[in-house]
Amino acid sequence: MKKHLVPLLLLAVLAALPLVLQSNYFLHLMILFLLWVVIGSAWNLLAGFTGQVSFGHAAFFGVGAYTAGLLFHHLQVSPWWGMAFGGILAFLIGLPFGAICFPLRGAYFALASLALGEGIRHIATIAEAFTGGMVGIMIMPTFVSKVPYYYITLGLAFLTVLSIQAIMRSKPGYYFVSIREDQDAAASLGIDTTLYKNISLAVSAFWTGMAGALYMNYMGFIDPHVVFSLHDYSVMAILVAIVGGVGTIYGPTVGAFIMVAFQELFRTGFFGLFAYIGKAAGIGAIAALGDAVKKAHVLGFGILVIVVILYLPNGVVGDWEKVKRKVFRIRPNR
Amino acid sequence: MDVFLQTLVAGLLKGGLYALIGIGMTLIMGVMGIINLAHGQLMMLAMYITFVLNTMGVDPYVSLLVAMPLLFLLGVTIQKFLLNPLIKVETILPENQVLMTVGIGMAMTEIARFTFTSDYKYVTTEYANRTFSLGNVSFSVALTIAFGIALVFTAAMFWFLLKTDLGRSIRATAQDKDAATLMGVNTARITVITFGIGAALVAAAGCLLAPVYYIFPDIGGPFTAKAFIITILGGLGSTVGAIFGGVTLGLAESLGATYFGMEFEDIVGLTIFILVLLFLPGGFKRLTKV
Repeated sequence: MKKHLVPLLLLAVLAALPLVLQSNYFLHLMILFLLWVVIGSAWNLLAGFTGQVSFGHAAFFGVGAYTAGLLFHHLQVSPWWGMAFGGILAFLIGLPFGAICFPLRGAYFALASLALGEGIRHIATIAEAFTGGMVGIMIMPTFVSKVPYYYITLGLAFLTVLSIQAIMRSKPGYYFVSIREDQDAAASLGIDTTLYKNISLAVSAFWTGMAGALYMNYMGFIDPHVVFSLHDYSVMAILVAIVGGVGTIYGPTVGAFIMVAFQELFRTGFFGLFAYIGKAAGIGAIAALGDAVKKAHVLGFGILVIVVILYLPNGVVGDWEKVKRKVFRIRPNR
Repeated sequence: MDVFLQTLVAGLLKGGLYALIGIGMTLIMGVMGIINLAHGQLMMLAMYITFVLNTMGVDPYVSLLVAMPLLFLLGVTIQKFLLNPLIKVETILPENQVLMTVGIGMAMTEIARFTFTSDYKYVTTEYANRTFSLGNVSFSVALTIAFGIALVFTAAMFWFLLKTDLGRSIRATAQDKDAATLMGVNTARITVITFGIGAALVAAAGCLLAPVYYIFPDIGGPFTAKAFIITILGGLGSTVGAIFGGVTLGLAESLGATYFGMEFEDIVGLTIFILVLLFLPGGFKRLTKV
């Protein structure tokens, strides 16, 4: 029970948050954070636990988002149905893709997933009559308040993490890890490695698709450049998991928090700190520096990746002992 | 018929440049076993170097002499201080080096954006828009010169890999790193040099492309994608394959753009990529046995 205490406590705090904090801006950040928990955890199931690094999760995210949007656009079906259908469609796209790529070894899967993401983006752009092309799709948001969205995202994030935890404690979970550690050994023990890689991909694609559909519902607008973006989704999903800790259950949750906070710090110029100091001290250069910081968030991401991979290659959660030693000067118990 | 010939020529000329990009990538992939996802970004830097030199009145083909050594040094630095240290670290994902190149690529793009803004820049030369014709087929002067230089570089690369000691060491490292180490090859040094050479080759492609393309910070991404499609087409780590892969991609893109429409140009590459994965995993390397 002690093991579950921290996550349950965290869940309780998260559930109580909207009662205490009612600022829309804060809720928006929390929704983004929870959305990234879903995507990061889903990516981590496939890459961190099964060892199949994907550079194309934007494909699943975008397919989910477009399913919700197109269902409403063409058939007037509530985009909330898109959450179920988006997940299923992402899963259906993952199926043949996995069937093609998983029998191959080495770098093929990473490369093919990159191609999948870019390919679907092109298709969504070209099929203008069906998807609206570059113009994108707009829907009316269902709720005025952000609170319902917050709880729905929280529920989705909770279910995702819970399901991944359950999988990793069951037989397929151990198969996944054995495939990651040594595929030949796993195969020689009679594990159908292609099948289990496909199962991992299917679950991962499903949750990512759901997250995409939820994004459509929340934002009310999508276009191919946004939801199929290589940098904003495929790479960001990787960053969330890497920074938090690949191959750990709660790593992506920690990573999502760090990344969203990081992005927001840059976007607002450290919450206007630079502008404030610049004005107070009357030095234009500091204010200009603040503007530069606002523009530099992708650069910040790039440098963060380099630093994290060099010094914390297993992420904050995976290298927690190291972090404790370095930051808090605590020696590990022997 | 003329349209068809024209398309073939355009594709072939583009293919030569693609081959140059692909060889750099496939060298790195073969020797280090990693995909360099910052490859297009290295090319983008070379294009900006060409642009800066051009504003000072230097011809793009002369700036090859500046951009290639600079990018060689940059490649060496990246491999030595950012990628090689990762080999010693125990991690869950073996792809950490690939992810590192993603980070490097992002940083390079954004540094370019800070320095030059997102605006489209172009290199001004008197021959950029000039063409000459053979029969009814017209050739772009800039692209033809680029094709010629690309051929020279490719041939030089072959000579280097086949005939020199360093080239042999590189091939040995690519075939079996452990065995090469046992035979007295300093593999850590070889990886550093190889990354430098790969970067210098893609820098050459960047300089050659500069007169005919717009230059902007995000140009790296699509070219990284093209580079890996070429590498897959040719077979991972095969230099001969990269040449065939480059020419095939160039031809396919031209044909696609002519007969299906401009917006299908990028899809063609991806389609070929998937077909190769399905029917010829291992790429052209499988066919040539080189």
